[in-house]
Amino acid sequence: MSFDIDVALRRGDAEIACRIAGGDGLTVLFGPSGAGKTSVLGMVAGLLEPDRGHVRVGSETLFDAALGVDLPPEQRRAGYVFQEPRLFPHQRVRANLLYGWRAGQGTVDVDETIALLGLVDLLDRWPRTLSGGEARRVAIGRALLSNPRFLLLDEPLSSLDRARREEIMRLIERLRDALGLPILMVTHDRGEAERLGSRIVEI
Amino acid sequence: MLTAEEWGIVALSLKVGGVAVLVSLPLAFALAWLLARGRFPGKVVLDALVHLPLVVPPVVTGWLLLLAFAPAGPIGSWLASWFGVSLLFRWTGAAVAAGVMALPLMVRAMRLSIESVDQRLEQAARTLGAGRWRTFRTVTLPLSLPGVIAGVVLGFARALGEFGATITFVSNVPGETQTLPLAIYAALQTPGGEALVLRLAGVSVLLSLAALIASEVIARRAGRGLHVL
Repeated sequence: MSFDIDVALRRGDAEIACRIAGGDGLTVLFGPSGAGKTSVLGMVAGLLEPDRGHVRVGSETLFDAALGVDLPPEQRRAGYVFQEPRLFPHQRVRANLLYGWRAGQGTVDVDETIALLGLVDLLDRWPRTLSGGEARRVAIGRALLSNPRFLLLDEPLSSLDRARREEIMRLIERLRDALGLPILMVTHDRGEAERLGSRIVEI
Repeated sequence: MLTAEEWGIVALSLKVGGVAVLVSLPLAFALAWLLARGRFPGKVVLDALVHLPLVVPPVVTGWLLLLAFAPAGPIGSWLASWFGVSLLFRWTGAAVAAGVMALPLMVRAMRLSIESVDQRLEQAARTLGAGRWRTFRTVTLPLSLPGVIAGVVLGFARALGEFGATITFVSNVPGETQTLPLAIYAALQTPGGEALVLRLAGVSVLLSLAALIASEVIARRAGRGLHVL
């Protein structure tokens, strides 16, 4: 499975354009702040409508301006880890993790994922009591458990201390190698981009 | 303290106020949602119409209700031919008047709470596979619930105090449309009614105070991020 993305969106005077072909493994979207990297993720997830172009993952067309295809976000099966955790404040960690999970679907095992991310002790906590790193891990777990077809990671390593960064970076490498899902990751850190990316797309 | 007759007045007031608020709740929430999230032409006009009962003299609102619900009026004739009922001089009419007068306050509180729900959380729910309805049910509604409850309580307090529209629309019929404010008004017109006025006024103040405090407590809990659910 791989990405086939060619989208463009006009924002005021500037145009955000991005083309990724044959994007299997982990594709890094690299560029300075304000270049529209997050907007590209939004267009792939179905939260922003591109002016033109297409978004395909594997054999599935998620968006095609010419064909008039525009799947709503809930049908795209994106595992989207936003820049902020965006955990549901009125639900405990357990309920957050299982929000997108459906029994009997997909290959991701709940207990395994919770153990992998070190979330066992956090399950009964409220999101407002979590540290930044803990909330980030819960957000990653929630995305993984929604049985995604591909992953969108927006600055998954920002605002983490060195130990946590290393931990999350290893986790992303494992996801990249073990799950075989195409991953689109946004970063403005050259080191992260070179270590994790199968390819780097500058924007 | 209160005689059986006076308790009857209190009970009628609570019934009228309660029914008024519960029946207008779905309408108020729908309007609040439209005004908070909707993008459509005429939104300003709808906003103004909803708030009209807040600023129009209540006697005018009551008179308009009378025109609409009269046997020959647009709503009155419809009610008579389909259900064979008339709201004139009935407690149900008092509830309608109280509901109309409470609506703006309910819509305001609910609209603010819907606007304060972070739409980025709704986006997250959508990417996790929840359609619009499930997102609304599991994210928007629970997060705006404190404001909804505060709006209901505030609306209830307003409905209890309704006077002008009620007396114009359904008159002052003891045991049927004579709620607390109308009973106080009637007692004021009666020689030697001062003791009754004092007792009923005391009950009115206590009920209103309790509702306002409840509304404030709920709103504060919500402000601190302590959710009702």
